[in-house]
Amino acid sequence: MSSRSTSVIPGFGLTLGYTLVYLSLLVLIPLGALFLKTTELSWAQFIAIVSAPRVLAALKLSFGTAFAAAVLNGVIGTLLAWVLVRYRFPGRKIIEAMIDLPFALPTAVAGIALTALYAPNGPIGQLATDLGFKIAYSPLGITLALTFVTLPFVVRTLQPVLADIPREVEEAAACLGARPLQVVRHVLLPALLPAWLTGFALAFARGVGEYGSVIFIAGNMPMKTEILPLLIMVKLDQYDYAGATAIGVLMLTVSFILLLAINLLQRRIAHG
Amino acid sequence: MTTASLPVSADARATTTRRGKQTARRLLIGAAWLTFALFLLLPLLIVLGEAFKQGVGTFFTAILEPDALAALKLTLLAVGISVPLNLVFGVAAAWCVSKYEFRGKSLLVTLIDLPFSVSPVIAGLIYVLLFGAQGYFGEWLSDRDIQIVFAVPGIILATLFVTVPFVARELIPLMQEQGSTEEEAARLLGASGWQMFWHITLPNIKWGLIYGVVLCTARAMGEFGAVSVVSGHIRGLTNTLPLHVEILYNEYNHVAAFSVASLLLALALVILLLKQWSESRIARLKTGAQP
Repeated sequence: MSSRSTSVIPGFGLTLGYTLVYLSLLVLIPLGALFLKTTELSWAQFIAIVSAPRVLAALKLSFGTAFAAAVLNGVIGTLLAWVLVRYRFPGRKIIEAMIDLPFALPTAVAGIALTALYAPNGPIGQLATDLGFKIAYSPLGITLALTFVTLPFVVRTLQPVLADIPREVEEAAACLGARPLQVVRHVLLPALLPAWLTGFALAFARGVGEYGSVIFIAGNMPMKTEILPLLIMVKLDQYDYAGATAIGVLMLTVSFILLLAINLLQRRIAHG
Repeated sequence: MTTASLPVSADARATTTRRGKQTARRLLIGAAWLTFALFLLLPLLIVLGEAFKQGVGTFFTAILEPDALAALKLTLLAVGISVPLNLVFGVAAAWCVSKYEFRGKSLLVTLIDLPFSVSPVIAGLIYVLLFGAQGYFGEWLSDRDIQIVFAVPGIILATLFVTVPFVARELIPLMQEQGSTEEEAARLLGASGWQMFWHITLPNIKWGLIYGVVLCTARAMGEFGAVSVVSGHIRGLTNTLPLHVEILYNEYNHVAAFSVASLLLALALVILLLKQWSESRIARLKTGAQP
């Protein structure tokens, strides 16, 4: 039926053709070049590049800080989404509108702002120094920068789902004698978890690739605070195109596997 | 009858949970405010604080300096080219995805979203591999004296890449929700394809389109990683505003860096306002559509 009713509307060939050509020229062929370039390396060369200690350290740092930031966002994102959906209070509209600031603000601006805030001579950095630890120029600073740029993901994926859960369901559970924590565990958690995982995955993927906001606050010390995207930049500056490409392929592959795993986990939860 | 018949203990428990709920409410709202202040407000305030540290004069010197103005011009050029192109692409992609059934549709949707999961640095890298001096088309281009990488075309390509999904992403769910009954009616009443598009489809998707364009503009204006790879950082020629901020910052010219940054911050706030406005219009359309 659908094929008959849609045949009235013109433009299928035109729009599909345009979409495919545009995507191919701008995205698919250039990404293909990345993989084509790695075929110039032998398997042994590829392994040698990606298993160099400096690359492995950056890999661990990039994925570790992105994971930590996504977890932190999972907590504060849930808090913000809950409060914004469930409560009416003074200033709610301001918070609601400002949640998207990290998406609107250029990442370089976020980077220098957070560095000014968390550097040892900045207002929060000074406080941390007095307490004996350092935020900027350490993995903690990188995590906080990633938390900032990915803040909207969890909030924005949870909000519509949370708004759709009828309050009656929670109230019914409470009337039937469920304690607040039981309501959370048996009513809210199962309903929210798939959306939460989506937000988590989006934040994580963005965090792994993020560059602009991190390089200012990271300190960029090889083996210590050097993220993978920066390492690609370093290789490019040395005209080591094969090395940069190999790291790029490594990054895409690991991200893809992790996102696939999250996707599978999500499906398993959704089906019971 | 309902409350009166409840046993006393249950009644008392209801009162304590209500009181507990009030406390929880206050605590959670307080925590949300604290998070907001710490994570969003403070970074914003520090940009302004640093920019105006030495008064309004130095602020204006920094943003009116020729290199800053050249960077602003290049940023506007990149936005001016990439946003309209991705707007047309977004409408075409959403059109074929939402109006027709065909094989491989979900693969196509995944491909449209692909640039979101690619690191911006890799987005820059792929164009260097294609068009750089040692790239696949490098020799061909240099024979013809065409420069793409480390020049303006490279910056535009990189900006285009990272902003491909924005408009399509907003329009696809909106157009799927709206269905195509109105368009079919227009066709049956004798409207041509373009008439149908201009008079039926476009008014229906207008606010979603604006929303997508706003998000696309924000990203195009602020893109850093991808543009940084292909720019070559030539002052006055291939520097966008975010790259200009980086150069000033690395030269320890902090006041100037934060001045240019606060200009970008002001643009970001305008974008947030526009976003809020188009969002409320979409919400109004949705509630208006449901009787």
